[in-house]
This record gives sequence, C-alpha cells and structure tokens, in this order.
Amino acid sequence: MTSPLQQKLKITGPVVVTANRLRDGAVVYRTVEGQWSPRLDQAAVVSTAPAATELLAAAVVDDVSAVGAYVAPVRIGADGRPEPGNLRETIRHAGPTIASAITTEI
Amino acid sequence: MYVYDELDRTIVAERVAEFRDQVGRRISGELTEEEFKPLRLMNGVYLQLHAYMLRIAIPYGTLASRQLRMLAHVGRRYDRNYGHFTTRQNIQFNWIKLEDLPDAAADLASVGLHGIQTSGNCVRNITTDQWSGVAPDEIEDARIWAEVLRQHTTLHPEFSFLPRKFKIAVTAAPHDRAAVKVHDIGLRLHRNGAGETGFEVLVGGGLGRTPFIAKSIRPFLPKRDVLSYVEAVLRVYNQFARRDNLYKSRIKILVHDLGAEAFAREVEAEWQHIKDGPLALDPAVVAEIAARFRYPDYARLNDNPPEVVQLRKADRRFDVWHGNAVAKHKVPGYAIVTLSLKPEGGPPGDATSDQMDAIADLADRYSFGEIRVGHEQNLVLPHVAQRDLGELWRALDAIGVATPNIGLVSDIISCPGLDYCSLANARSIPIAQELTRRFRDLGLARELGRLHINISGCINACGHHHVGHIGILGVEKNGEEFYQITLGGRADERAELGTLLGPAVPYGKVADIVEEVVAAYLELRERPNETFLETVKRLGVEPFKERVYATH
Amino acid sequence: MPLIKDGRIITDRYVHVLDDAPLPDGVPVIVPAARFLADAAEILQREAAVGVIWPNNRRVAELAPYLDRLALVALVFPNFKDGRAYSQARLLRERYDFRGELRATGQILRDQFLFLVRAGFDVLDVAKASDVSAFESALARYSVFYQTVGEGRIPAARIRLAAGAPLSPVGEVA
Repeated sequence: MTSPLQQKLKITGPVVVTANRLRDGAVVYRTVEGQWSPRLDQAAVVSTAPAATELLAAAVVDDVSAVGAYVAPVRIGADGRPEPGNLRETIRHAGPTIASAITTEI
Repeated sequence: MYVYDELDRTIVAERVAEFRDQVGRRISGELTEEEFKPLRLMNGVYLQLHAYMLRIAIPYGTLASRQLRMLAHVGRRYDRNYGHFTTRQNIQFNWIKLEDLPDAAADLASVGLHGIQTSGNCVRNITTDQWSGVAPDEIEDARIWAEVLRQHTTLHPEFSFLPRKFKIAVTAAPHDRAAVKVHDIGLRLHRNGAGETGFEVLVGGGLGRTPFIAKSIRPFLPKRDVLSYVEAVLRVYNQFARRDNLYKSRIKILVHDLGAEAFAREVEAEWQHIKDGPLALDPAVVAEIAARFRYPDYARLNDNPPEVVQLRKADRRFDVWHGNAVAKHKVPGYAIVTLSLKPEGGPPGDATSDQMDAIADLADRYSFGEIRVGHEQNLVLPHVAQRDLGELWRALDAIGVATPNIGLVSDIISCPGLDYCSLANARSIPIAQELTRRFRDLGLARELGRLHINISGCINACGHHHVGHIGILGVEKNGEEFYQITLGGRADERAELGTLLGPAVPYGKVADIVEEVVAAYLELRERPNETFLETVKRLGVEPFKERVYATH
Repeated sequence: MPLIKDGRIITDRYVHVLDDAPLPDGVPVIVPAARFLADAAEILQREAAVGVIWPNNRRVAELAPYLDRLALVALVFPNFKDGRAYSQARLLRERYDFRGELRATGQILRDQFLFLVRAGFDVLDVAKASDVSAFESALARYSVFYQTVGEGRIPAARIRLAAGAPLSPVGEVA
C-alpha cells in the first residue's frame, strides 16, 4: 500500500489533515500551529495540493502524537467554520450514527 | 470447558509483558507506527475510525462464567460498557485506549483471555461448531482438535509473518455449523467407510473480494497426521503465495492460481518429509489435551419434564421461545439454549457489561458455568437442564436476550460497518436495525422460517454476506451509500455463494427491497415449508428480480 | 549494520562480493546466489570459506547439493513482515541438516529475534544498533513454547507428559 505521501493528492476543495491520537485513538485534526486538536474548527484548512502535501508531510512525521494521518475533505459552513466533507468524516467527527433502540430515525 | 495449565498461563503472561514493553516503546517514540503496527495487530489491536479496537479471542467460542465477567469488567473499566461478538467467535471492544491496553491485557490474562493473533498475518482464532461437546449429531468434540491446532500455531516461529491472515475452522458433525467451506483450511471430522474417524481437509475457501468455496485436497486424513498436514499447508502457503498485492495474498488465490491438484501435490510432497517426524501426534498428547476439557457432571434426567410441558401449554410466550431457542442436547434431560443478541432495534451481536454479568450468573446457575459464542453473533448456554427452562427463560427475558428470532429473518448477522470500521464503504448496523423493526412481527418471522440475512459494510465481507440467504454488501457510489443484494448463499456443508439480485440500491431503499424479496418468497413458494433457500434454488433470482425491480 | 551472535556483536569476517567482481583470495566471501550457481564447482575449490546469499523467493532445495561445503548461508527479509525466510531457515537446518552459519539479513528488528533464533538463525544482521542490547531480554521474553522446532527447546506438550500429573490447573477455568 502506498503511503499517503506517495499518493498524488488531488485537491478539489478545502481539506484538512486528520489522524487518530496515539495514546487514545481519538480523532484529531492538524492545526496551523502544527499541533493536534480534537476540534475540527481548530483545524488548518488548505485548498491546494502543495499546501496539503506540506501539511500532511509534517503530520506524518509526528507519529509519536498521532497516527494514520491523511487528507480529508471539509465543507465550509455558513459561519465560515469547517464541517466534515463526507459521510465518513461526519461519522469520525460525531461518532457512530447508531440510534438507540428508542429512536426510529435512521 | 478447557482448563489452561501453568504453561498456557505463562505464555499469555509473557505475551502481556512483551506487549507492555512494545506499547511503552511506541509511546516513547522508540518504535515508529510502521514498526509497531504489525506488533499491535498480533495482539488484536486495530485502529478504527474513532478509537482503537481490541479483539479478544474466544477459542472455539467457549467461555467460563468468570471469563465473561472479566469481559464485562473490561467493558466498564476501559471501554463504554458494551462489547460486540463477531462472526469468528471473538469479542470486540471499540473504544479502548492504547495506553490502557497493557493493563486491560493483564486483566484478561488473569482469566486466560487474550488478543493473541486475533489480527495480523498469522493463524487467527480457530473456530468450531458452537455446539461442540453437546450436539447430538457430532462424532466427537471438535474443540479438542481446535485446541491442538491453537497451541501449535500460537507464536509459531515459522508462521508469524505469513503473506496474509489465515483462518482455520473445524467441524465434527454432518451439519456444519462452523462454515468450514469458507475458511483457508477447513477440517471436517467424519467416519470413513471402514468406520475410522479422520479429517477431510479443505483449503482455499474464503469470502472478501474474490470469494471461493474451499476445495477438498485430502478426503481422509488420520487424526495422527492433522498437525503435520496443516504444517505442510502453511509452509507451502508461506513460501509461495503472493506478497506483492494485498488482494492476492490469501491461500485461496494460490490454490486458484495453481489449481487444487497442483496445490495438493505441493502439500503432499512437503508432507512426506514431515509426516513421521515430531509432528505426528502422539495419542498421549491428544489425550492430555482432551482430558483438560472438563464436561459437566450431568444429572440423570428425563426429557420433557412435566413442568415444562405444562408451562408450554399455559404460557404462549414461553412456548414460542422454547420452540425457537431451545435445541436438543446429546444428554437426555438437557438442552442447548441460544440467547438472542438481536433485539428489535439493537445492533446485532452487542451485549452490555450488565448483560454479560447477568448471563455469567445465569450460566453459573443453569449451565455449569459455561457459555458459548456462535459465529452468528448469538450466545449459547450449552448445558441447561430442561426442568430449569421456565425459570431460565424468565431471567433471559428480563435482560433482553430472549427474543425468539434465532435463525429467523431478524436474526441478522452484520459487521460493524462505517459507524466503526475504517475499512468500510457504508454503514451496516442501521440497516440491520431497520430490518429488525420492519420484521418485528414474530408471527411473520416464524411464517418465513429459516432466513439468514448477512450484511457487510465493505468487500472484506466480515458480515459473510456472500453466504447469506439474503446478502447485503455496502458499496460507495459518488459519495453515497449503495448496497448490492444477493440471494441464495449458504455457509454450511452445502456452501454456496449468493447470486446478485440486480443493480445496487441506495441506503434508504434497502429495507423496502428486502421486504419485497420476502413478499416475493411468500408468493413464490410451493408450500409453506419450502424454505427461502429452497425457493431461490428452485427458481433462481429472476422471479425475485422482476418483482423487486418492477417497482423501483 | 551490527552482526550479533549469541547476544554479542561480532565483526563480519566475510567480504560481500558483487555479481561480477573477482573473488579476493584468502578471505571468506559471500556470493550472490546466481553467481554461485553458475560457478559453484570452481568457487567451492577455494581454501577460504564460501557463503551464499540466497533470495527468499527461491527454493533452498537448489542449494542442497552444496551445503556441506558452504560455511554460510545468508537469507533475506526484504521487510520484516515478509516471513518466507523463516521457512527457508527451518528447511536448511532441519531437512538438509545445514551446520554452517545461518545469517538473517534485511530488516531485522528486535521483536523478531526470538522467532529468528527458534527458526535456526545463529547470526543476525540487525537493522538498528539500538536493538543489539535488547537481544538477551528478547530471547528471555518467553520461557514456554508450544512448537517442536529444530532448536531443541522442549515444547509444552512434552513437558506435560513428562510431568505425569496435571500441572496445577487453576480452578475451573483457563
């Protein structure tokens, strides 16, 4: 399997770099300061392939903090803050969609 | 109930110490993720969407009550108060922290549980019939052979870095409850014409991207030879399977590429060298392992005790449950009781820590302290005296594991899917939940008869959708969840892969389609007791396809 | 990369000869497989020791006729997850009774040390110098083994039989 760095990044919109925190596996996002935050609204958002590649490269090297870093799409909400850009990222961000036995909505 | 001795316990304890060291070296940065990943996988630790996931082996699906209590404890202490039982008789916890894993592993080791080789490119948990030891139709207890092989393949120096994962299943009854035909090696214990007991050896079965039914390469292998023969298969696999492509590395691909006969010749050639060496099983070694399987001191009881007969007449709900969840036991006066982990609206195969504790207590009270885990993601109490069935049922009902849907349409087998799993393309659990709501009418479920729905959230097929009577496979199309539906698969001794019904359908339509398939079956069946599978076999998928896709 | 044997770093006496280069006189050499096979008879006439580096995708049976005259066979782990050389090692030791130096090369990490030794390797060409000091503890990591492999440790099954009476099972359960 090619590493995320070797895959040519095709950026068609705003993206963030996300990973899982090493110690507890929690979903985290790469910040502008080169840290990791569980808050998507603190994520560095980029829109070009070179910027994404750079952000990703720094993230991948930092594998003592977080693992499995990759580039994930976001949507920019009405308030200008990033929101998950696809179903997978929505689930990573908000948790499983499994309704309990009491609710009927899927 | 297999009893570990101090040698078994030592290995597990040493493994825990090794893993603690490895986790420490990872957290300090001494090990990179690339170096650490295969090591953690070999301890059953995955990284999923939200968190790490720990997969704990339940060898041949057998648990002692104190082990089940420990699983409840792990759920409470290190996770979110529930666990998920899998299609390979393991249990998974979805929220565990890496930094807690060494302690969780130590707690598990104190009762002989572990995640050793539940992932990674090594020999995985060896699964068997969950009714082994108590099934009336079995030749002998398949678990003895699963244990012989488990020991041999645990931390095996030659086979810990195989091309890919390796799954072995063992059955010892004419009706195969262990799905041996869709495993890398399937072992079918049977009697030959001369009345001798031995193994049929099947290889190269498997689901996933390229599903195959296993090929028989040896119709009869004496028991003495099973270890050396499996070693020969593993050695051929280790040396000659592809390693360049993740999707071509399973033994099923090697068997397919070489052809079953050429593959068998390679195995036989290797086996000739080793069959009479130290791997030839000494009957004393087998007897020693067999002796550590403890069987209950059954009382001498009669079948159909009057109190049960009475209760069945007096209490309709009990009667329905009895007719569904209670199976014949090899010992008179006893029964095999299946606990449904498929409540209406629930995620299939999940149990809360509270439920696990309660079931452990019930096992102590009614099942000689023993529980089994089936690969259809239900639990079993294997040694219940029939006279206790009334009391037991009330208790099971109170904790929500007495839904009388075993083997029926709402007894759905499902992988965790996109809600949990980083490999998934689509969600599976909400589909299962919705289907249990659509088919909540137990009268209808009984009317439909035996009907297995299997759901996988991706082509890796952990939900075994290929061998479902109705199989549902989640795929991704343009960022949306779509599902392919197959009909007519089966996993037993007449294993077959399902046939595609038609084009993939979107998430919101799956439950409607399944309802229509079921309605079509009711119309098309020749007589009420023609099963869904028989109807599909007789007519093919066309008549179903017409009805379903006519309205969509 | 450091070579370890019996837990200690040793110097490599062998000169690695590339495909076409002439073999230096009077020193032990390691020759690539293809080169060796093409000139086996001649190469084996040397006084000094001959070793072969054998790829992990070739059957060791091809090397069998020469093993009694080879001082060393080096096997390859292109990455540590590629476990083909474990089978090769066991075949060389246990089937073909190879007595010379069996060297593990490639990506050799401390978490494989015990597997490697049990498979029959006696010299490890270690990828990380920092792993050398872990050799002792790596080998001491486990005291019980289930399998009968060539290196002679008594497997659990045999210990149990020798013990006769059951070895302290604890209570009802594993």
